[in-house]
Amino acid sequence: MTHLALMTQHLDQIFVLTSHWLLSYLPIALQPLCSAILSVAAIIIAFATLFALTTLLERKGLGRMQNRYGPNRVGPCGLFQPLADGVKSLTKEDIVPIRADRAVHFMAPVLLVAASFMGYAVLPIGRNMVMVDMNAGVLFFFAIGSLMELAVFMAGWSSRSKYSLLGAMRAIAQMISYEVPLVLASVVVLMQAGSLSTVAIVNMQATYSGIWPHWFVFTPWGFAGFALFMIAATAESNRSPFDLPEGESEIIAGYYTEYSGFKFALFFLGEYIGMFATSGMAITLFLGGWSAPFSFLTWIPSYFWFFAKLLTIISVFIWIRGTLPRLRMDQLMNLAWQFMLPMTLLNLLTTGIWHFMLPGFLRWIVCSTMVIVPCILLGSGLKYKKKFQIRTYHFSQ
Amino acid sequence: MNSLQSYLLLSSLLFSIGLAGALTRRNAILVLIGIELMLNAANLNFIAFWRYGPAPEVLTGIMFTIFSISIAAAEAAVGLSIILAAYRHSRTTDLDQMNSLKG
Amino acid sequence: MTTSFMILAVLTVAGTAAAMGLRNAVHCVLALALGFAGIAMLYLQLGAQFVGFTQILVYVGAVAILAVFAIMMTHNDKSMALPDSHSAWVAGCIVAVAVFAVLARAIVSSSASAQTQPPQPAATVQQIGNALMHRFVMPLEIMGLLLTAALIGAVVIAMDRREEMK
Repeated sequence: MTHLALMTQHLDQIFVLTSHWLLSYLPIALQPLCSAILSVAAIIIAFATLFALTTLLERKGLGRMQNRYGPNRVGPCGLFQPLADGVKSLTKEDIVPIRADRAVHFMAPVLLVAASFMGYAVLPIGRNMVMVDMNAGVLFFFAIGSLMELAVFMAGWSSRSKYSLLGAMRAIAQMISYEVPLVLASVVVLMQAGSLSTVAIVNMQATYSGIWPHWFVFTPWGFAGFALFMIAATAESNRSPFDLPEGESEIIAGYYTEYSGFKFALFFLGEYIGMFATSGMAITLFLGGWSAPFSFLTWIPSYFWFFAKLLTIISVFIWIRGTLPRLRMDQLMNLAWQFMLPMTLLNLLTTGIWHFMLPGFLRWIVCSTMVIVPCILLGSGLKYKKKFQIRTYHFSQ
Repeated sequence: MNSLQSYLLLSSLLFSIGLAGALTRRNAILVLIGIELMLNAANLNFIAFWRYGPAPEVLTGIMFTIFSISIAAAEAAVGLSIILAAYRHSRTTDLDQMNSLKG
Repeated sequence: MTTSFMILAVLTVAGTAAAMGLRNAVHCVLALALGFAGIAMLYLQLGAQFVGFTQILVYVGAVAILAVFAIMMTHNDKSMALPDSHSAWVAGCIVAVAVFAVLARAIVSSSASAQTQPPQPAATVQQIGNALMHRFVMPLEIMGLLLTAALIGAVVIAMDRREEMK
């Protein structure tokens, strides 16, 4: 028994132990620096691989949903397609428009990718597997996320193209509008956990009563918060149905219309990496991070659970992309300000009430009602208020 | 020169840069930015004094900075919307041309 | 004075100086974002993690974007292309240099700033939260009111009323 337990524990910590073992060969003075380099390299490799896999999965999955095969020519079952895409984008000519602002045009994709990778510094991928356990980790994550807006603006503005500028303006308006509900939806977890450290938040959820874990999603406010967070996260990462900033049928490719070759690939990478990061944050905040869904499954390594949850969320993203049509700009803004914002504020209140009521059945009923009833009322009220009329192109004028 | 002094010198340099910007630029938005920069220099002073001051555990410097940042955000929002309203009225953001209170 | 302080100081001063000196207003704001990020990193170096991240969130993520939006909305402005007037430029710079000289003289000669290096004070989020909820709860509430008023006020001022009048 103890032997087995030790083995699973070692398997769980295999990356941590390997890194310690590698670092022990170095002089003490170099160790912090090399440890940082090692973890950065590990994160970049792991998530870049995941990016490659996701592009394939997305094209295959969407293909299936649209009754076609998707990529199946390169390698077995099209498995080497991402590799071919990478080679293609690297060998393509890098075109910069003559009137473009060269320096800003160059810096935009770099800033975007750098900012989207920096968020991983506070994501606990497994037990003891976090780069920096920051005291204000969640705040750091959102602060870094706001850098992406600047990168998007730089891309759109520096291209000197109307499609780029329109796309950037749409993207920034959307990202700012949905950042409010995104942050407010995660505040409920911070209220309940009493900490902004991602490690502390996950540790709090990694306990079990019976076989059930204490994930925050299994509470009324947690579930509502998770749903709101995921809607906002979809909009933040410009995914369908909120993909107006790059709606290809309207404005070609939005803010990266004028990019080609490797820079275009960098935008693509940054977008997916950002999506993984927000999904990872949702997992950390609501889905228990690296903890197993049942207490009898804790022998499976913690990082496995993190990536399993991440892949599940990615699949849902792909599913939604294959299902829902794109929203219009006014619908998008109305959803953010008229539905999401009041709901997140109400959710804050519900969490407060949940915190001060005694544990028991009553608490569940009161808090569930507080979430569900306003959701239905608000939804039907907004639908009732909507006047159907001839479509006006107010935002494009 | 010790650490506190170097931080204070840096912040006074930032303040002077912001002041120079606010005094020389003609674009109202850039003048507002210069004022924001001066506020930031003051915030840096607060944090530096908190760090090297006698009683860091009461967090006064940090609190002042947090409140100052929120006020600066509100100020930027209102200031920029006033500039927008003025631009809509007079079709300029040049402070030298925005010289009449009467429309 | 450590090397990291020197690097950050040079970065911040370069960013802010470029923000005040460049011709193109959008370049100014981008340089300003760099300067703000430099100030945020100075906060981190001083041990004020919470304030540093707030600085990035508010200044780089919100104020810079707001300024950029304002510039885009007023970019038909013909006067923007004109150079800043020469006499105002010289006078402004003289005033700024004079202010810096006075401040620097005061800082160098002051006895209050001549202190030894105290140990790094801790400012965890918990401590900040406790302070906000107990000692500083009144300012916090007023701040909430102020921000709400500013939000509504900004929307009302910036709203285009011409369409309602039609």
